Amino acid sequence: MKILVCISHVPDTTSKINFTEGDTKFDTNGVQFVINPNDEFGLTRAMWFKEKQAASVTVVNVGGPETEPTLRKALAIGADGAIRVNAHPKDGTFVAKQLAKVMQDGGYDLVIAGRESIDYNGGMVPGMLAALTNSNFVNTCINLEVDGTNAKATREIDGGKETVSTNLPLVIGGQKGLVEESELRIPNMRGIMQARQKPLNVIEPTGDNGATNSVKFEKPAEKGAVKLVSVDNIDELVSLLHNEAKVI
Amino acid sequence: MSVLVYTESDNGQFKKVALEVASYAKAVADALGTSVTALAINANDTSILGNHGVDKVLNVSNEQLKSFNAKAYADVIKQAAEKEEAKVVVVSSSADSKYLAPLLAISLNAGYATNVVEAPASTSPFTVKRTAFTNKAFEMTEMSTDVKLIGVSNNSFGLVENSASASSEEFSPSIPDFKVTIESVDKATDKVTIADAEIVVSGGRGLKGPENWGMIEELADVLGAATACSKPVSDLGWRPHSEHVGQTGKPVASNLYIAIGISGAIQHLAGINASKVKVVINTDPEAPFFKAADYGVVGDAFEVVPTLIQKLKEFKAQNA
Ligand SMILES: Cc1cc2nc3c(=O)[nH]c(=O)nc-3n(C[C@H](O)[C@H](O)[C@H](O)COP(=O)(O)OP(=O)(O)OC[C@H]3O[C@@H](n4cnc5c(N)ncnc54)[C@H](O)[C@@H]3O)c2cc1C
Repeated sequence: MKILVCISHVPDTTSKINFTEGDTKFDTNGVQFVINPNDEFGLTRAMWFKEKQAASVTVVNVGGPETEPTLRKALAIGADGAIRVNAHPKDGTFVAKQLAKVMQDGGYDLVIAGRESIDYNGGMVPGMLAALTNSNFVNTCINLEVDGTNAKATREIDGGKETVSTNLPLVIGGQKGLVEESELRIPNMRGIMQARQKPLNVIEPTGDNGATNSVKFEKPAEKGAVKLVSVDNIDELVSLLHNEAKVI
Repeated sequence: MSVLVYTESDNGQFKKVALEVASYAKAVADALGTSVTALAINANDTSILGNHGVDKVLNVSNEQLKSFNAKAYADVIKQAAEKEEAKVVVVSSSADSKYLAPLLAISLNAGYATNVVEAPASTSPFTVKRTAFTNKAFEMTEMSTDVKLIGVSNNSFGLVENSASASSEEFSPSIPDFKVTIESVDKATDKVTIADAEIVVSGGRGLKGPENWGMIEELADVLGAATACSKPVSDLGWRPHSEHVGQTGKPVASNLYIAIGISGAIQHLAGINASKVKVVINTDPEAPFFKAADYGVVGDAFEVVPTLIQKLKEFKAQNA
């Protein structure tokens, strides 16, 4: 089985979110970048397929040279090779079109993407990729097993979960549950050394356009101070929630 | 040329988000000077859509569509959009809509904006405001495609009353192969889901252990709320993963979010910040949650929560 894992290069979850150039660009100053958490769960599940079912695992990112350390980290975790599509990831449609080309050219059977990236939160790339390549698609996937060309997946639904069966080629939008938090791997020294020798191929983008254009960012208004209610006066809390906030 | 809105139902009943997206579609239609067509799949009574500005309902009754299938539903919506020559298609942010919408976007050649929180700021260029960076920022996005697909963020636009009398028309689309088949569903039918809940009661590591969740469930029960938890609580196995909320868990956009024994780490807050009113109960006055909350009680959950339950019961009895 040939697996492609999509890796989004995102600001660490604790990053301060600021913008520059008249609020049109994300300010990367002092920001640490990491593998998108949803993608990391997927990558770790891919390692399981590699170890248990002899799958090959390639990681891919659409982005500039600054994303290479993130791809190297994925190689250090255990991916066999990496591909970087050398382009600014304009929007979800653009990224999905680039990935579709990579998937088709490489003949991948399974693509593991994250259900959304934690920066732009588009949540559209996996589904679009599936539609563009005529692959089957399971979103918010929390468990995946593959046997030959048959796949069994569990997906989170509002209020519960459902188990589905489908076939390869398959694209999933993954999240925590694909593996447990405790199964995530921190690259060790050997992995980091090996990652330096592994192939990281840079390819040029197709001429496709995106469909949307980010024009400006805004930060939410500052919050007012919290109203404290004393432990001995919980009546007041009930009354505030009823009369002032009008939520009960 | 009308605006098409997909109004979701569950067992024949419209979900709350269906009325919210209908309200949103009406705002877009007004801005464009056109009408609203809703697509309803196996819904019992569509007349309520008229209260929220829908002019026409395309009614699909089809046994094959009894349970959700993203590919088939996306295809049915596409056929409706083409029939109506819709330039704008509106869906919600439910798990099902987020699943089908990217497929629909590709088949309609549409640009797709997710997590949209307001009516379009402008229709030429078509510009919408959406959340990004997990609620830490808003992004203004221009959509340049001929057809636009908008995913409205839950509980952001609200329900708007707009009396129209929706006409209803049977619609019989062709149904494609499913490709992904449901084997089993595991869903608590007696509980409010985090996605649909007006109120969410959430517990953190400060509650010490799973044996202490009785009072959380009781509080949720009194309020008709859904229960949720912080990430470590689900990682420790105190509560199911499906209750984990935050940046790497489920998003919450309720009217009221009550955080009990939760410190308010940035990743937790990011996922629940879209909630309108936040209450924190925590022993530590320095806990970061107090900076994000509207109301707070500095105190021991094991004292405060039982009192709160008691007071709420009295309040309910008086206001019944
Ligand atoms: C990549 C990444 C993603 C993450 N994603 C998420 C996410 O999606 N959701 C999430 O929740 N976390 C997430 N986290 C974890 C987050 O950083 C915090 O560790 C977590 O939210 C803390 O959970 P907590 O508040 O329950 O526990 P703690 O931080 O341990 O807080 C417990 C709180 O309980 C209070 N307390 C103790 N006893 C009592 C009592 N008797 N009564 C009242 N209060 C009491 C304490 O004062 C304390 O403030 C993520 C972390 C990372 C690195």
